[in-house]
Amino acid sequence: MITKKRLEIISHLQIAEATFEVTVKSDFAAELKPGQFVHILVPGHMLRRPISIANVDREQKTFTMIFKIFGEGTKKLSECRSGDYLDIILPCGSHYPIEELELEHALLVGGGIGVPPLYYLGQQLKEKGVKVTSVLGFQGKSHVFYEEKFQQLGDTYIATNDGTYGKKGFVTDIIKELDQPMDYYFSCGPTPMLQAVTTLLANEKGYISLEERMGCGVGTCYACVVPLKNDPTKNKKICKDGPVFYANEVLLG
Amino acid sequence: MNLAVQLPGLTLKNPVMPASGCFGFGKEYSEFYDLNTLGAIIVKAATGEARYGNPTPRVAETSSGMLNAIGLQNPGVEKIITDELPFLRPFDTPVIANVAGSTVEEYVHVATTLNKSQDIAALELNISCPNVKEGGVQFGTNPELAKEVTYKVKEASNFPVYVKLSPNVSNITTMAKAVVDVGADGLSMINTLTGMQINLKKRAPIIANKTGGLSGPAIKPIAIRMIYEVRQALDVPIIGMGGITTAEDVVEFLLAGANAVAVGTANFQNPYACPEIIEQLPQVLSEYGFSSVADAIGKGHVHE
Ligand SMILES: Cc1cc2nc3c(=O)[nH]c(=O)nc-3n(C[C@H](O)[C@H](O)[C@H](O)COP(=O)(O)OP(=O)(O)OC[C@H]3O[C@@H](n4cnc5c(N)ncnc54)[C@H](O)[C@@H]3O)c2cc1C
Ligand SMILES: Cc1cc2nc3c(=O)[nH]c(=O)nc-3n(C[C@H](O)[C@H](O)[C@H](O)COP(=O)(O)O)c2cc1C
Ligand code: FES
Repeated sequence: MITKKRLEIISHLQIAEATFEVTVKSDFAAELKPGQFVHILVPGHMLRRPISIANVDREQKTFTMIFKIFGEGTKKLSECRSGDYLDIILPCGSHYPIEELELEHALLVGGGIGVPPLYYLGQQLKEKGVKVTSVLGFQGKSHVFYEEKFQQLGDTYIATNDGTYGKKGFVTDIIKELDQPMDYYFSCGPTPMLQAVTTLLANEKGYISLEERMGCGVGTCYACVVPLKNDPTKNKKICKDGPVFYANEVLLG
Repeated sequence: MNLAVQLPGLTLKNPVMPASGCFGFGKEYSEFYDLNTLGAIIVKAATGEARYGNPTPRVAETSSGMLNAIGLQNPGVEKIITDELPFLRPFDTPVIANVAGSTVEEYVHVATTLNKSQDIAALELNISCPNVKEGGVQFGTNPELAKEVTYKVKEASNFPVYVKLSPNVSNITTMAKAVVDVGADGLSMINTLTGMQINLKKRAPIIANKTGGLSGPAIKPIAIRMIYEVRQALDVPIIGMGGITTAEDVVEFLLAGANAVAVGTANFQNPYACPEIIEQLPQVLSEYGFSSVADAIGKGHVHE
């Protein structure tokens, strides 16, 4: 059930260049599914900021978000401290429907701020006994985060745009060299990356998670639409029907 | 305290309703609270056929407001009648349909088609959408066109018609008089003001449509001024809107001369905006010495 809550920050850490990990307390934590996002009010701003759920601790009733400073709103969020409260709408949007999928081996492909939701997904996959391989792309060495955490889920490969860490280049350069079979891929990141990934993996089954500027974040204003591949005269709402879509369902770019 | 307001076709238990385009067709916000608390509901625009709307990005944040260029995306009037409006039937809250179009014929077609709906109480005639290529705002900025479309829709419709005025004009009273002359039952004002925001890094407008409609607290003083001017000139029911986020804002609109109010952008920031405003309204009215909503309407006018 979607709702709006004031949630207490219990941990606020910088984990990479301009990248922050924030954990909040919420009785709803156990209900949050991988791929869903929350919509955060930044004091003094008209529109909320959508941020993905990066991890959930069911026992402690907390969930974690990871974000990068992009503009004013994320800058203000980076200046919050433990003990502060955030006004959050949750849970928002669709999730990776792993409960419905037959799978043994999953490939996670994340780029930049698209990496966080894949961590929660990877954890749930591992719990289900699925083999997880992760390919993560970052701008450069100082931007890399959660490498060890992904390694605990399975084989993890890193690409950086400037070559300061891992393989120089794009996530697709790494995927091309992987010759392991997979049942499904799950990808989140900037649109050009998603285009490259869905093109390269056109013959595989997969799910992708999209971003768009939002108004309401709950499905009422039609701000956040994406055209459908089989009928581009129709569209779906990223905040409500998405952000997770079947890879072949939507037209990117 | 008595919050009730009686307007043509509308018996409102309180004067607060969500604004068109900021509440969809009610389903999503019904998950947050009981829609029975609302004075009325104005639903998203209806056009003759389904509309895709504009490319994205469709919204941008501004100082104390936002720009939008949704481009009237909607499933078309027929589908709205059969698939969307019945959801609102069980609620004891009147529904106002928002009528849009590119030609006089399309407006008339939408209004005529809506005659068969059992789920609405009035029409809001949207002659002021700034975000569609043809039509839209031209009707709202040209008194002759505004007259023609209002007259024809009044003739076609079985419902009271509230004409939604555009603030993108130099003389709002001229527009108001034009539509009231040909039988508008009431006015709804204001729609958004055309604006633009440029992304410094990309050296290009943020919104794909380039321009968008400005809404939110940034436009409130303009809405107040325009309602005040129209109230000086005309004795006609006015649904006021533009930047309302608090019960104090509502009282300010009543003082300017609005009979009821609509809340748009504030819903995005706070999904509980409408019920919270309604809850606080009695206290704020009495704080400023009013014993009912009716008591406050038009009381902000200073007579020399
Ligand atoms: C479903 C979803 C999940 C996301 N998850 C994460 C995440 O886990 N971590 C993370 O770092 N970022 C995430 N983002 C991107 C994040 O929302 C933006 O970086 C953030 O809104 C920028 O706000 P700002 O005030 O710093 O930037 P500004 O440029 O000042 O923001 C101005 C306006 O544009 C909007 N905006 C700007 N960029 C984006 C964008 N890429 N997507 C959507 N709206 C945008 C803002 O929300 C705001 O309304 C996600 C976006 C979406 C849609
Ligand atoms: C995202 C968005 C969509 C809108 N869609 C419509 C619409 O379909 N029809 C209409 O008459 N007005 C539409 N409006 C205008 C609002 O109904 C309202 O007149 C305006 O936003 C001013 O009120 P506010 O400042 O409280 O938002 C829209 C506004 C926004 C922000
Ligand atoms: S942001 Fe309003 S419909 Fe998606």
